[in-house]
Amino acid sequence: MSAEASVTAMPAQNRGWQRDLIGIAVILVAAIAGYFLFPNNLALLTRMIAIMLLVLSLDLVTGYCGVATLGHAALFGSGAYAAGIAAAHFGITEPITMIAIGAVGGALAGLISGIVILRGHGLAQLVLSIAIIHLFHEAANKASEYTGGSDGLSGISPDPVLGVFEFDLWGRTAYVFGIVLLLLVFILLRILVRSPFGMLCRGIRQDPVRVSAMGASVKLTLIKMYVISGLVAGVGGAFNAVSTQVVGLDSLSFTNSAEALVMLVLGGVGSLYGALIGTIAFVWIEDLVSAANPFHWLTIVGALLIAVVLFAPKGLYGTAATLLERYRRGGK
Amino acid sequence: MSPLFEVDHLQKAFGGLNVTRDVSLSLGKGDRVALIGPNGAGKTTFVNLVTGHLRPDSGQVLMGGEDISRFNPMRRVRAGLVRSFQVTRLFAEMTPEEHVALAILQRQGKSGRMAGSFQAMPDVMRETYETLETLNLTALGRVPVSEIAYGQQRLLEIALALALRPKVLLLDEPAAGVPHSDTFLIENALAQLPADLAVLMIEHDMDLVFRFAKRVIVLAAGEIIFDGLPGDATNDARVREAYLGGYANGSAA
Ligand SMILES: Nc1ncnc2c1ncn2[C@@H]1O[C@H](COP(=O)(O)OP(=O)(O)O)[C@@H](O)[C@H]1O
Ligand SMILES: [Mg+2]
Repeated sequence: MSAEASVTAMPAQNRGWQRDLIGIAVILVAAIAGYFLFPNNLALLTRMIAIMLLVLSLDLVTGYCGVATLGHAALFGSGAYAAGIAAAHFGITEPITMIAIGAVGGALAGLISGIVILRGHGLAQLVLSIAIIHLFHEAANKASEYTGGSDGLSGISPDPVLGVFEFDLWGRTAYVFGIVLLLLVFILLRILVRSPFGMLCRGIRQDPVRVSAMGASVKLTLIKMYVISGLVAGVGGAFNAVSTQVVGLDSLSFTNSAEALVMLVLGGVGSLYGALIGTIAFVWIEDLVSAANPFHWLTIVGALLIAVVLFAPKGLYGTAATLLERYRRGGK
Repeated sequence: MSPLFEVDHLQKAFGGLNVTRDVSLSLGKGDRVALIGPNGAGKTTFVNLVTGHLRPDSGQVLMGGEDISRFNPMRRVRAGLVRSFQVTRLFAEMTPEEHVALAILQRQGKSGRMAGSFQAMPDVMRETYETLETLNLTALGRVPVSEIAYGQQRLLEIALALALRPKVLLLDEPAAGVPHSDTFLIENALAQLPADLAVLMIEHDMDLVFRFAKRVIVLAAGEIIFDGLPGDATNDARVREAYLGGYANGSAA
């Protein structure tokens, strides 16, 4: 019996990896297509990459662990400021080192946020997360000697990547650097979410009481995930600092946090793919609509959100995946 | 030598309602005990109290002489005290295979691993399917729990408890919601339990109780009114009164 089971186990496992390989290939193709189709819009695409890292990071705690938060930009902004301050004040301008410093900054912010936010449940959790983002924002505002306060932090001029690829005016280097970072993070996260740890997190989202009745620590697991989420958001923030060469207070804002959540819901929670698709859809529509009609941009976002929540509650990716699954089952 | 599991003068009141009144009992290795009593007697509350899901007003819980009264549920499980839930608590989107594997990984201290998959761990897969097979769940190994029948979810609930390899197992009405034709699966699983494991089972099906238990504890209105041999329970005046009272109330309602 058990031998049979382990034999039948292999195809399913391979199928999972196959899907991931397809996913990674799709990201690569989209990235190359973006590069050639929108050569004058690389800055927008590059900003998208930074935000994708933030939304991926949010998906880890919200989609996989079920933690409600409106303060996730605290992790992103901390990464941005950590990298920016390292470059502007301490002369650490090697881009990969800056990213690493941003990751550490984000992880620290994740640890602090996690410890505070996880003390509450449900509504209290949401309120704590809002408090966190305001506190971080205010702290950055007050520490203007380091952060530049409301003027923003400038004077960040990163070295060429690997000492070879200079950051150019067209943003080509930044774009390629970003795609490489994104792919790397995405692959690591796919490994993470299918690991035993990822399964434990999914369990916590569905029933924390059952998880503790299995002898696992709900709190410790969530804090660990918060730190990992901080690493990812920190990379995103640091990449934003490297690619735009400035860090503004808006990176640590409530708006930034709330928009990240909107993008995640739009794309679909708990798959990582939804985080990418939601970000592309949101930023793209924002760009399109705000250029055409800056006054009605928020109206359209509002209408879109209502439509998604009512008619496609699993988000764009989740709904597409469900339809595809139904089609496949029906086809057999 | 101190008993494997001991509960000492446990008390709990919800508001003015005394749900657990001065309950004391102990279990030794290999015990097979049934805890019975009318609905609302406080059986589930008792399990919640000893496993740390509820805080008692007073009293102690000990495992092998060690006071675990201040432990949270997680640490009590690690000390070997495992329960099942009367109302199934499972992960709706996960499969039975994932449930059992997660319990095994947790027991082995591998649930924190951030890379790899249990499906690539032959020993975990083997044990997972052995456990599922015991409860006749193998065919449902890859079906999300939300799509399987409640009776089979009940069996998975037991599989999870078994996968944790407890020293003391508290089963809260394992057969409730399981079709009568499937209760033999539960009995089979119980029969295969390690001989030195102590089991306390809450159960209403008296046939099952008599086949399983070598000792019966009767709880009524939060109080232990009988603790002894199954055969003696049915002849005990207080037990009869508690049950008849319970039935009388039940038919009046
Ligand atoms: N959390 C709670 N708050 C208030 N009353 C409760 C709570 N849990 C159980 N009770 C009450 O305690 C009594 C015993 O319940 P329970 O332990 O579930 O009984 P049993 O499992 O024996 O049927 C019932 O009267 C029930 O209404
Ligand atoms: Mg009960």
